[in-house]
Amino acid sequence: MQPLTNKAQAVSRKPMTFLERLYLINIIKGMMITFSHMFKKQPTIHYPEQKREFSPVFRGLHVLNRDEEGREKCTACGLCAVACPAEAITMEAAERMEGEENLYKEEKYAAKYEINMLRCIFCGLCEEACPKDAIYLSETFAPANYTRKGFIYGKEDLLIPNPKTEASALAMAKGVEA
Amino acid sequence: MSEQILFKVTIDNITIEVPAGTTILQAARKIGGTVAPPAMCYYSKLQGSGGKCRTCLVEVAKGSEKDPRPMPKLVASCRTTVMDGMEVKNITSDKVIDARAGVVEFLLLNHPLDCPICDQAGECHLQDLSFEHGKSETRYEFQRRTFKKHDLGKNIQLHMTRCILCYRCVFTADQLTNKRVHGILDRGDHAEIATHIEKSLDNEFIGNVIDVCPVGALTDKTFRFKNRVWFLKPMDAHRDCPTCSGRVTLWNRGDEVYRVTARKDEWGEIEDTPDGKPGWICNTCRFDKKETSDWVIEGPRAISRQSVIAQGHYAGNVGMTKPTETFKAVNGGRTPHLLLDIHDESEVNQSQIHLGKIHGPAHGDTFNNKIENA
Repeated sequence: MQPLTNKAQAVSRKPMTFLERLYLINIIKGMMITFSHMFKKQPTIHYPEQKREFSPVFRGLHVLNRDEEGREKCTACGLCAVACPAEAITMEAAERMEGEENLYKEEKYAAKYEINMLRCIFCGLCEEACPKDAIYLSETFAPANYTRKGFIYGKEDLLIPNPKTEASALAMAKGVEA
Repeated sequence: MSEQILFKVTIDNITIEVPAGTTILQAARKIGGTVAPPAMCYYSKLQGSGGKCRTCLVEVAKGSEKDPRPMPKLVASCRTTVMDGMEVKNITSDKVIDARAGVVEFLLLNHPLDCPICDQAGECHLQDLSFEHGKSETRYEFQRRTFKKHDLGKNIQLHMTRCILCYRCVFTADQLTNKRVHGILDRGDHAEIATHIEKSLDNEFIGNVIDVCPVGALTDKTFRFKNRVWFLKPMDAHRDCPTCSGRVTLWNRGDEVYRVTARKDEWGEIEDTPDGKPGWICNTCRFDKKETSDWVIEGPRAISRQSVIAQGHYAGNVGMTKPTETFKAVNGGRTPHLLLDIHDESEVNQSQIHLGKIHGPAHGDTFNNKIENA
């Protein structure tokens, strides 16, 4: 077969010289490279004791926000679900009853809100679409799980702790993230 | 009429011949597309509507062949009839674009920003109008109007803060029902849609006010908060109704009927039935027939590709028939081994909750395995 490129090089069959046959120089050259690494900066991070800082645009696990009074901000407008390219978000809306004003910010709220983390691609379009600042992508990884069932995140998995009643839990959640 | 007098009218440099007495808006709609000015209050199926919202303003650059002077001010195209040789500028006129942006700003002055809650979102004319002709920001800094809540009965929900006072619902009640019980009370900033001393709207054809309302001021209580329109499947269907044409659009999730509306044409108005009459539908069809078995389904409704309702839907008949499962046949009768069936785990769209059959909006209990019947 004809050569297709002119990159082929003929193997040199020249007999080795005395210095080359000693191998010593090449061994020393190689060891120099090896030992020089002892004096270089270590790039390895000892996770989980050490953690690398996230980039400011990191998109991790979702949280559903509450306002300062602890009311859920989500009003089930469906814009996150329609923006979601993976079709991971589903919800059911309900009307706020009298006496529930301290639970939900608006007249309508998401009675069920689900994100299928198996489908989610963490693109952050839900966060972009949200008109109520209700959904955010946090700086947390989605944790591993033994079953697929565990990746269907409901409201109880997504809502942040209530700043009024669970202030310490909220502070802890924020502290872990930071 | 043996011989109609035809007038030549030029709108945005497109010439068309229309019969005498046609309004500029109707002539522009004959041309179609972006040439047609938007209309919030005018409704071609309602006598006397129009002339209130001023969104259809156009510039008349040449009055007519006999009197070629331009009209001094922008005119409301829904109420101005064409003259022979008239030249009209709609989107080709900077004055019109500027004036329309101003009109939109005024319409939005008191309009609450509750589109995320509003059931009309996605099919709202005011949303479309402000998207196409409005500015992106408001300069208004004061409190918006608020109203005392009025109850209009068990089927129709009134949100007065969203109303733009187009009077369409008033004309509908006048022209479709024998006795109108609602109207605009008070004047100026206090003007509001109400019934005089709490009456409920329960005429057989009063449900049509929901369809004519350009905003979310009058919405269907039986559909309230059930779902967003763009997640529903619009289907043309009909039934043999003794009181109305029975030609409707069903808005389904799966096989459940969530909402019934009249069929709307490209201008957002009610479509005519084959015999040429407007296809108003009765309250029984609209509010009480929420079973698929009540209807003969004709096929999916054609929705404009520009509409958010078309998002995530295939055009044409795609998805009308369930595909046959071939797995079992080619795998010797074995069913597929699923690692997760989403319906077992998901709490959304559960098979035992029939939202279509609940009369009003769902509440927290509805989803906590307690089915309420209002």
